[in-house]
Order: sequence, then C-alpha cells, then structure tokens
Amino acid sequence: METGNRPAPRLLTGNEAVAHAAIDAGVRFFAGYPITPSSEIAESLSVMLPKVGGVFIQMEDEIAAMSAVIGAAIAGAKALTATSGPGFSLKQEAIGFACVTEVPCVIANVMRGGPSTGLPTLPAQGDVMQARWGTHGDHPAVALCPERVSEAYTLTLRAFDLSERLRTPVILLMDEVIGHVTEKALLVPPDPAALPDLRAPVSPPAEYRPYRYSGQVPPPLVPFGRGYRYHVTGLLHDETGFPSNDTRNADRQVRWLMDKVEQNRRLLTDFELVDVEDADVLLFAYGASARSAKAALRIARSQGRKVGLFRPRTIWPFPYGELAAAAHNVRAVVPIEMNLGQLSQEVSLAVCGKVPVKPLFKVGGEPVAPDEVLSFLEGV
Amino acid sequence: MILAGKILAEAAAIYEDKNATQSQSYGPEARGGASRSEVILSDGDIDFPKATHLDLLLCLTQEACDKYMADLKPEGLLIADSRFVRNIPGGRHRVVPVAISDIAENEVGRSVTANMVALGVIVGATGILKPESVERAISARVPRGSEELNIKAFRLGMAAARP
Repeated sequence: METGNRPAPRLLTGNEAVAHAAIDAGVRFFAGYPITPSSEIAESLSVMLPKVGGVFIQMEDEIAAMSAVIGAAIAGAKALTATSGPGFSLKQEAIGFACVTEVPCVIANVMRGGPSTGLPTLPAQGDVMQARWGTHGDHPAVALCPERVSEAYTLTLRAFDLSERLRTPVILLMDEVIGHVTEKALLVPPDPAALPDLRAPVSPPAEYRPYRYSGQVPPPLVPFGRGYRYHVTGLLHDETGFPSNDTRNADRQVRWLMDKVEQNRRLLTDFELVDVEDADVLLFAYGASARSAKAALRIARSQGRKVGLFRPRTIWPFPYGELAAAAHNVRAVVPIEMNLGQLSQEVSLAVCGKVPVKPLFKVGGEPVAPDEVLSFLEGV
Repeated sequence: MILAGKILAEAAAIYEDKNATQSQSYGPEARGGASRSEVILSDGDIDFPKATHLDLLLCLTQEACDKYMADLKPEGLLIADSRFVRNIPGGRHRVVPVAISDIAENEVGRSVTANMVALGVIVGATGILKPESVERAISARVPRGSEELNIKAFRLGMAAARP
C-alpha cells in the first residue's frame, strides 16, 4: 500500500490508529488487560510490538498493567496501556503514583457506557471527570480527545511528546465511536531522527536531582541502569526522590505538580474553531459529539443560521480563556456531551455567567444525532 | 456482514478516491447476537459517522427488516434475502429480493460466503462502485487463500441482482 517513503491513505479504525501511532512514537512496551471497546489496541500491538523488538504483556489485571507501564517507563521505555471505564477506575491509584513520581506514560481510555461495567459495546463520554480527578489528591491532568481516526493517530503521537516533556501521565480519551469507526486516514509518521531524546541526562550523575524544581519543565528522568542513582516513591519526596515529611517541601512539591501544567498551557492548549467569527450560537463539543455538532452546523449554516463550534482537542487542562473569548459575542453556548453534563460545568466556569449555557446531553449508548442537535437549536 | 461493510468502504475510499466510514453495532454476546454494519460513502467529508437516513438497506433476517425498515428513506432501496425475509412492508421504496443464502450454500458451496454474495447484490443493483474496485478490496481483506472463493460469491451476487 505504500509507495516509496510517501504514505498512502489507508482504511482503519481509531484503535488501530492508536497502535500505529504508538509504534511510530517509539513505544516498545505495552502492558494491558483486554476490555471492550479498547481491545483492538492491545490486539494490534500484540502483533506489531514483537516485530520491532518491543514487549507486549497481557497482565493479570488493569492495576498490574498500569504498574508494569510505570516500571517500564522508569527503565527508559516509552510505554502505553489501553483500557475502558471499569479498567480506568482500577488504574487510578497507579496513575496517581505516576503523577507524583513524575514518570512519563500514556493511558488510552476508550470510553463506553457506565457507571460500573455499564454498556460494554456502546459509546459514552462519561470518563471526562475521572480523567481529571480520578485519582486522589491535588495532581496534574492532561487529556486529549480525538474526533476522527486520523486524529487518533496524531494525538497519540502528541500524548507521548507531552508526557515526556512534562514527565506526567497523559490520557488519550477516546470514545467508542472513534475507537471502532473504520475510515480513511493518512498516517504521516514523524521522522525518527527528529524525535528528541527527552530522557538524556543534562548533568553528571553526582549532580543529578530528578526532583529539583526550577524552570518550566522538570529535569529529564534518566532511565534506571545508566549510572544515575535516585529513589522513586509515592510518598512526597525531596529532590533526590527519598521520602520527606517536611511540610514546606510538601507544599512546594504539590504546587509544582499543578504549576507544571499551568505554566505550560501554551504548549498544551489545542482546539479547533469552526465559523465562530459571526456566530450568535456557539456549540461546544469534543470526540464523536463534535462530529454530530459539525454535521448540524453545516446544515444550520445552509439555512442561514449563525452557528459556530468550539472543539477542544486538549480537554485537560481546560481552555477557559480561549472558550470565553470565542463565546464573547454569542447569545448562548450549547455544550453537547454523551454524559449528563461533565465538561459543561467547566464551560459554565469559563463563561462565568456572562452567556447562557444551554446544554444537550445524551446517555444510554447512542451518539447524539445531527437531527437532535438541529431540533435542540430550535429552542435556543 | 461487518467484513462486507469494511470491504465496501475500502473499495470506495482506497480504490475509488471517495470518502467512506464503516461502523457497527453489536451486543455483548461473543457470537449469535444480532449485528449491524453501517457504511457511508461520500464525495465530501463525512462528519457524523453513523447511518441515519438510509439510501440502501440490506437485510438477511426478518428481524433486521422489521427493526430497521423505518430508517430507510421512502424512495430507498431494500435488498432482502428472500429465504428469510418473508414479510416486506409496503411503501414507495424499491425492493430487490435475492436468495442470498441459497446462492452461497448451493452455488458457491459455502454458506459463510453469504456476505460476499450480498456485497455483489449491492454493487449489481446500484452500480455505486466499479466491480474491479470491490474485487481488489476483497482480495486485500479476506483470509489468504480464500480470495477466489469470495470473488466467485461476489460475482454470483452481482449476476443475481441484475434484472
């Protein structure tokens, strides 16, 4: 299918695109426990990873899988796990561990209907708040939401880059519709020579402090086994990584974890605007719901109605300022979600009572249809 | 049928430079449950990837026909496996009844090729894609060694659809 070095378009699912992106990003370790609707990520990587000298492990459960990913990342591998809601719940403790130990890794969560084991084969966007606050304590969160197969590929690449730069777990938050839809995509792999080695030491071993906080990003996490000695613990710790009960140190560390994301908003914030310039109603949607919104927007525009769309690709950190600016001149913002109002709360925070928020929510396992958006807009 | 949907989408998207999406609905059962394969073909971008106002509905069972007939546009085309779909609702739509399962079983000799016969009926009845494109997509997607059998099933389906 490929001619020379120029990739040809191919027909594949979002889950398959995540697997291809992982390989192209340099992932050489996957640990997971299969769960619908994410299983094809594991299935594809079980075939692809051994061919590039990588490791694929099906673990005994999701907790072990997340822990194995963290261990592999400390040892220097780019590492991925994939799951869905029930498994995402189980991984939360270890995700918190990765946050506080500042270990880069990526978790792909393909959302299905919940709560609990819920609706295994049907779509939802119910894990949006879990991606933000699923693990306890003040901790950073980065989550990316693709709306089509080609974006499942590019955002997976980006997830690994952000994860290594900020030394924090990044969540690829995809819904079942995008995980399972088969469509045309052009996958353009990054030049391996252009991928920076973000784990390379920048100081001699004796001076290395993996948790010394200065500047905008943490020092590189030098892989274990290269002669750089440090400790890794979930307890709050000093700059060498050994546990510390010092309250001033603890205050500084927790603030650093949160500031790390805040200070890098320009790097993280990523959104698409459609027809917002003259819009008097602004739709807000992400993932598969954004495709319903776009279909409805095209029809509404053809009828002369001034509808625009704000579509975040990065949902955490949430683009409060950018959304407020886009909503400045509209008479209503309409968030569309396959849940009962999770990200809509942040939309309300962003517009701060200055613009009415009129949300369209749907649960039960069916995506929002464009017709539903159009009839909802009749009443806005 | 999910494979047939993927082949139809691949023929359009890769071999004819159209846009295409394929998606499916199925229950939690490993096998034996009802399943549905949805394909959208378009010259432009495809936003919403689920099929809502159907131009064409292919039903292999009476249950599918009863459940999805309401989604077919009034002037749409219904293709039905005449062995299993006995009650066809009245209306303005065009109906092409073909003994899909019988052709697979008796003429191809393998009942599992009913999906390729059905694909042939779709292409034969609509002319929506070039047969060569579909045959290339079949060869790319079916298990190695079964290409000839599947293409034979596809061609028998095409022939059966022609008035």
